[in-house]
Amino acid sequence: MKLAKSYFADQRTDDLKELGQGLPRSDVPGHVTGKTTYFADRTFPGMLYLKMVRSPHHHARIRSVDLSDAEKHPGVHRILTHKDIPHNLYTILILIQVGPEDEHVLAEDKVRWKGEAVVAVLADSERAANEAAAKVKVDYEVLPDVLDIDSALAPGAPIVNEHHGQNYYMYDSGQSRKVRYGDVEKGFAEADHILEQTYYSSPIEQAPMETTGCIVTPDGNDRFTCYTNTQAMFFTLDNTSIILQMPGHKLHMVGGTVGGGFGGKVDVTVEPIAILAAKLTGRPVSFIYGRYEEMQISSPRAAEKIVLKDGVMKDGRIVARQVWGYTDAGAYSRHSPYGAQKGAAHYPGPYTIPNVWVDTWCVYTNRTPSSAMRGFGVTIADFALEVQMDKLARLIGMDPLEFRFINAYRDGDMKAHRQPTTGAALIECMQEASRVANWPIAEKYLEMSSYKEV
Amino acid sequence: MAKVPVQFTLNGEEKADFVDGGATLLKVLREKVGDTSAKAGCQQGTCGSCSVIIDGELRLSCLTLAETCGGAEIHTTGGLATDGVLHPLQRAFMDEFAAQCGFCTPGMIMAAKVLLDRNPNPSHEDVVEALSGNVCRCTGYEPIIRAVLTAARSNSQNAA
Repeated sequence: MKLAKSYFADQRTDDLKELGQGLPRSDVPGHVTGKTTYFADRTFPGMLYLKMVRSPHHHARIRSVDLSDAEKHPGVHRILTHKDIPHNLYTILILIQVGPEDEHVLAEDKVRWKGEAVVAVLADSERAANEAAAKVKVDYEVLPDVLDIDSALAPGAPIVNEHHGQNYYMYDSGQSRKVRYGDVEKGFAEADHILEQTYYSSPIEQAPMETTGCIVTPDGNDRFTCYTNTQAMFFTLDNTSIILQMPGHKLHMVGGTVGGGFGGKVDVTVEPIAILAAKLTGRPVSFIYGRYEEMQISSPRAAEKIVLKDGVMKDGRIVARQVWGYTDAGAYSRHSPYGAQKGAAHYPGPYTIPNVWVDTWCVYTNRTPSSAMRGFGVTIADFALEVQMDKLARLIGMDPLEFRFINAYRDGDMKAHRQPTTGAALIECMQEASRVANWPIAEKYLEMSSYKEV
Repeated sequence: MAKVPVQFTLNGEEKADFVDGGATLLKVLREKVGDTSAKAGCQQGTCGSCSVIIDGELRLSCLTLAETCGGAEIHTTGGLATDGVLHPLQRAFMDEFAAQCGFCTPGMIMAAKVLLDRNPNPSHEDVVEALSGNVCRCTGYEPIIRAVLTAARSNSQNAA
């Protein structure tokens, strides 16, 4: 690794101790010797295995559930339904007052996505749990579904989630998160060119090598130890406490090395039901997703639809940007209201635009609930923004990199969501990128600075 | 369920147990023998994180029935360091930043060891081919490939 020390030279002392040094990871000796402990590297005598019976339909009413054959299956200890769960209706971000609670730990009257958990089977082997789960009979009345953003927002669309009442999240600002800065209509009126483009993305599975799961042991004093690979220990602790109506001091959550997460282990999907199972059976309980569940059940990055409309001058200045951003949350909120909100602040990108108008929506569909993944809310936005930047540059016949210099944000610029820019480094990064990529740019751009007039 | 007696050596030590008929070697190593270095990533033979060496061959322990391993010599990454001295592959994986979450690492090292045991001077392409059954989702593959090539070089230097 090499530090390009010519940048910001007058702003920096060169007593850097760590930057520019190659340092060994503190955990790597454990990794290369196979000694690192992951949650599933534990076995307890008498452990029960939890297998979830899941909805085969995108949207259906549950008429009845018949457990009689499954309960008789050899090795089965208990089958949990929604009636066993003290506070079955939850939503993760209720911890920071982002409601309403909109999701059942185990389905009650309806299922709203293909894969929704209905009942949990506990048996003394994985095989017995799988076999018994196949004997659970659920009678469904299949309902009309909506599987994409446009269908969900169409007039007369079936309502995905009655806890919201409409197929989008209602923010305190209304049906969308809004950013209003300058006068976007005036900007479009002045612009030499206007370009409106629509961008779509599909859900993306994080696909960590280690699947989501936990192992719970009852300690005999109505306290429980939960070994988990959650990426969000306190979301897990606090939501489990709410769902099980148990004070936090009875829940000993043990984290540790996560075998890859990438955001896919931020939701609270295995711990509450596994702890309840351990409580009701008095036995250690293992609930670990198989690879199929990791791919199909754990929440992916959301599908998005992004409409970008830009007004640009022949000299390269973007004078107006209007954005309609839609995040497909799937059937439940999880972290998507937050992700969509992040996008609202992000849409001008690292560019200073005088007139900005952004609406971002969090939309409900009968798809797998989406949630966190590496920069969710802004990563797909950046894809759309940067493709749009290339198209705009081409529209006015300008080099795409020089076009970005003209619009790059600099220290002191006000961003559309009213945060003043500090510590900008886009110009310097692009200068170095042009050098490394051997992409020639005009001398005046090489002389620009993020923080001083040159 | 009927139990089946099975006896094998694991990293040079004799092991014997009664296992469930149909139990995988992966489950027996992890839950009965207590070597958890092989990992359950997919349990369907596609990710390579359960890789072990059986009688010199790279094997997926999630698809190997324990009862078929009678008399076998089994090696795992958990037993690769001898008397606390790391194998050159382990050293190289550390030096080349070839592990991030670490979950795929034991399987990667097993696949690389079988390669180097047979071909002490592999090409970049040889390494890619040898690791093609092992999935990594964090570090990307280039640092892992570099680590295997580095280990091969340090082996040949030691031999010279």
